[in-house]
Amino acid sequence: MRRNKKIFRVLALAGLVFATPGLVLSAPNVSAVTPSGARNPSYFQRAEGGIALFARNQGLFSLTAISLQAPQKTCGTVTVAAASDLADAMNEIVTNFEKATGCNVRVSVGSSGNFLTQIENGAPFDLFFSADIEYPKKLERDGLAAPGSTYLYAVGKIVLWVGNDSGLDVGKGFGALRDPSVRKIAIANPLHAPYGRAAQEALRKSGMYEEVKDRLVLGENISQTAQFVESGNAQAGILALSLALAPSLKQKGRYWAIPENLYAPLEQGAVVLRGAQNPRGARLLIEYIKSPGATSLLERYGFSLPRGEKRR
Amino acid sequence: MNWQAIRLSLELAGSVAGILLVAGLPIAYWVTFSRWRWKFLVEAIVALPLVLPPTVLGYYILAGLGPRNLPGKIWQSWFGQPLPFTFGGLLVASVLYSLPFAVQPISAGFESVDRRLIEASWTLGASPLATFFRVILPLSTAGVVTGMVLSFAHTIGEFGVVLMVGGNIPGVTRTVSIDIYDQVQAGNYDAANRTALLLLFFSFLVLSIVYGMNRRALSLWRKP
Repeated sequence: MRRNKKIFRVLALAGLVFATPGLVLSAPNVSAVTPSGARNPSYFQRAEGGIALFARNQGLFSLTAISLQAPQKTCGTVTVAAASDLADAMNEIVTNFEKATGCNVRVSVGSSGNFLTQIENGAPFDLFFSADIEYPKKLERDGLAAPGSTYLYAVGKIVLWVGNDSGLDVGKGFGALRDPSVRKIAIANPLHAPYGRAAQEALRKSGMYEEVKDRLVLGENISQTAQFVESGNAQAGILALSLALAPSLKQKGRYWAIPENLYAPLEQGAVVLRGAQNPRGARLLIEYIKSPGATSLLERYGFSLPRGEKRR
Repeated sequence: MNWQAIRLSLELAGSVAGILLVAGLPIAYWVTFSRWRWKFLVEAIVALPLVLPPTVLGYYILAGLGPRNLPGKIWQSWFGQPLPFTFGGLLVASVLYSLPFAVQPISAGFESVDRRLIEASWTLGASPLATFFRVILPLSTAGVVTGMVLSFAHTIGEFGVVLMVGGNIPGVTRTVSIDIYDQVQAGNYDAANRTALLLLFFSFLVLSIVYGMNRRALSLWRKP
């Protein structure tokens, strides 16, 4: 019986903790994922312009925010799965898109490989912005995406990044990694993250791979990889240029652009998914990505762009 | 099947269970027998990992104990390297995270010892330490073993913290749960399936042992 009392006590405590989300749940959220927070927008972040900032820190409250806001026009809500190299760029694009069209957009950010698996297993997204165009193509082949909707929206680049407090001379390129102060080097997981594959390929082609392979730590996606270096736990990392140029990281470190002949171009594709709840909104967003406003924004984030209407 | 990951997970879980045996006994003893009025606060702290998301612990280890912060700097000056991305880091995280899984069953075992036997031991002149080792501990082996088995199994099943602070280094921090996650993300369902099935059997086996053992121990204990 005393044991039962004890269990009851534990349960009561659990109830208490969950009943005060403002106190407990939101506190770690404020800066839990990254100190800046901006690179990892939560699922609810795009609820509605004015509330978005508040909503990010108050996951539970934003649920009500979504349900209370009637759609402004007939466009409705577009749900987007975006590769994590896009995090900040996508935020800006989506904000502009929402202003222009009155659509609501909800962005989930993660690794392209993870989204591919989730979509193959029925994840309810309208649109998939992959860091590797092969994934959208595969979804099209498997009948999981609208035929012919794959669009090459950008080509990504990788950089060697170190924090401001690092004494490394990144101008020396990969040679800087020989410095004994570099104990851990963060790259994304090559097994399923396109940016990780590019990083591994570049290290191999430059002949550095054998020297550094025991010091590699693998991020689950390129955002987590950036977080590993930004927090100082890894002394250098191979990141997406788009992250190095993003506001959340720009002032915090410096980078060396890895020569593009060392890795296959990171062709990034978007696709409208067959199970889309809002195919019209999804197509609107893909069209918007092709607009001069969006393309110049992507260029500002270091992406190079396909010339003209190069559909794939 | 990634045997390296499996071996690493077993090593980690074994070390965690060992550490928690040494650390869990005194904590459980104190929690069970202390009459301090604020004891419930300590109990709450011990039980914290039951309700705390692993991401909270992961975040504190990564950011709080990272080299940019004072606790991290102190750690680094003592041990020469930051906590994340090391086996030691996983060990610290896992011990914290499995604490209630060891302390609570042990404490429940201690509580189930007949108070009269303990007091008899005291009146016969045995010191509290002797009473603990010769009366309390032998009578609560089921609780202790349950605590060890549960903390071992819980460590095998740990995922969130390892994903956040491990860095996925083969043979160092790539545990079996991370390996399954990687295989699923990469679309290698066959490989994921084999390892997942193995873990499913393992978990079932462990819990069967725990429940089976507790049943026997209890029925023995209830005999007049």
